[in-house]
Amino acid sequence: MGTRDRNGMIKLIAIYGLLICIGFIYLYPILYMISASFMTLDDLLDSSIQWIPSSFNLDNYRQAGASMNYGNSLLQSFLIAGLPTLCNLVACSLTGYGLARYKFRGKGIIIGLIILTFVLPRQITMIPTYSMYANLGILNSVWAFIVPAIVAQGLNAPIFIMIFWQFFRNVPQALVEAAKIDGAGHFKSFFSISLPTAAPAFITVALFSFVWYWNEFYLTQLFVHGVLVESSLTTLIIQLQNFNTNYSSYAQTAASGATNLNESIKMAGTLIAVLPLMILYFVLQRHFVESIDRTGITGE
Amino acid sequence: MFVLPWIIGAAVFLVYPLFMSFWYALNNIRLTSEGMRFTFLAQGNFTQILLSDPDFLPELVDYLLSTVISVPVIVVFAMMIALMLNEKIKGKGFFRLIFFLPVIIVSGPILNSLTEQNAGTISVIDTQAVTGAISSFLPEVIATPIAGLFSNMVTILWYSGVPILIFLSALQKIDKSQYEAAYVDGASGWEMFWKITLPSLKPMILLNCVYTIVFVSSNDQNKLIGLIKSAMFSGTSEKGYGYASAMAWLYSLVVLLLVGIFALIFMTRKDRYEKDARKADRKAKAERRKVLKIQRRQARHAKKYNRPTVR
Repeated sequence: MGTRDRNGMIKLIAIYGLLICIGFIYLYPILYMISASFMTLDDLLDSSIQWIPSSFNLDNYRQAGASMNYGNSLLQSFLIAGLPTLCNLVACSLTGYGLARYKFRGKGIIIGLIILTFVLPRQITMIPTYSMYANLGILNSVWAFIVPAIVAQGLNAPIFIMIFWQFFRNVPQALVEAAKIDGAGHFKSFFSISLPTAAPAFITVALFSFVWYWNEFYLTQLFVHGVLVESSLTTLIIQLQNFNTNYSSYAQTAASGATNLNESIKMAGTLIAVLPLMILYFVLQRHFVESIDRTGITGE
Repeated sequence: MFVLPWIIGAAVFLVYPLFMSFWYALNNIRLTSEGMRFTFLAQGNFTQILLSDPDFLPELVDYLLSTVISVPVIVVFAMMIALMLNEKIKGKGFFRLIFFLPVIIVSGPILNSLTEQNAGTISVIDTQAVTGAISSFLPEVIATPIAGLFSNMVTILWYSGVPILIFLSALQKIDKSQYEAAYVDGASGWEMFWKITLPSLKPMILLNCVYTIVFVSSNDQNKLIGLIKSAMFSGTSEKGYGYASAMAWLYSLVVLLLVGIFALIFMTRKDRYEKDARKADRKAKAERRKVLKIQRRQARHAKKYNRPTVR
């Protein structure tokens, strides 16, 4: 399993075989989801139909989309995931830069605390935070996500700080020294020297942050959507979690050929909830993989 | 000061809530119209959770067992995939695309809706048979989580997306000349893996274990988290914010303990070579001390008898 220049034929075949098999197992739920989402009720019940639906049926998507209020939820998902991501980028890059570039007292403590915030389950600070947000009046609004992100306490911020820290540490010190001699201040050297080289780190963090905010259900429901009193804000993930109730209310109000909820419709709903992310991923994946190679996502 | 925002943030969103949550945990809190009313209970919430809550302890044990079992599986699996992806093969980009895809998709509601449809199991493997086989030769306490592992195989494997990334980037940082040197010395691929690859991946293994524990612990599918939330918003008089805080504290302590145990396992077990080197170091130091001692004695003697020092 080492890396040799020359790979034996058998080894190659074994690796390909394994990768393809595991890859299939890996993708099985997704494939299942796609195939099931096109099936009509008859197809589902017909045991002779395993993978390929008898007709190309888009009705499931129409119904799922309508019951999830798709357009609106999609927009709000982008909003709720996008804004904190921007804040995360700014705050975490600053913090990571500060940690990488300067030596100061208490740095060890800060690093320790950052790791602690990563390991500590969120639930422990959740309840006071909840009542704090309620007192501040930012509960049930996007601000509940933005405010912590501004001060680098957003979702999974420790990981992002680590990524930036790691990255800025690898920026050649000589460059910064040269800038200092030329009379650049701390911020100047940050913005004009370190930032332009950090594009891979920014892509990685932006994608991860966006995805994690997008997929976050628990905190979104607690802080943004609301538990006891629901706000008008919602995301696709929340709509998906509440799909059953959403669908039944849709089926009641709209007499537009809505049938009982079946698993095809649910699968269609699941698929369109992750579809924007998948598109984003396929568009960005080249940059993403490259940037991971170059950032060395690894902390430690 | 670039770190200042973080410090402020930590004070507001970490230190303060931590203290408050501890304070909450010691109290029974009723929400009234003019705010929260505290009744001091001391350890009352904790004893109640541990002694009379019907759900918490069983769920906690469940969580512990399933985490302890699934974390090594995830990490080993991630390492295998990373090793294979690191080989020189065609279509690397394509395979990477596949294996990173779950990073994008993994989230509670989606996993929920997939497992509901039984899409989380591998239909190729007969899970029933596996479960039966396991439970026939293991005690039930251990057998149930392992069986659970098999029935949720895919979703568990899906957690390994980020660990694969971490391993892969670590693998690419290993100096290629090490392998060349080993190759010249006639090491087999198997030996190279154990002697070069694995030791250099060691810190990453720890990192991945910690990451996976954290990820599994804060995942929406974790029932304990749901328990905490339902306690938080339950209208009954003995539950509520305080009770939920106490639960969260207990839960967090368990998670921290778990992380600590994993960290200990991987940190204390040093390399054999490192140990040898250290031993040799100690020996050399002792030798040096002896030499110094003798020299000092010589100097003393020289002074005493007023003779020129012989060195």
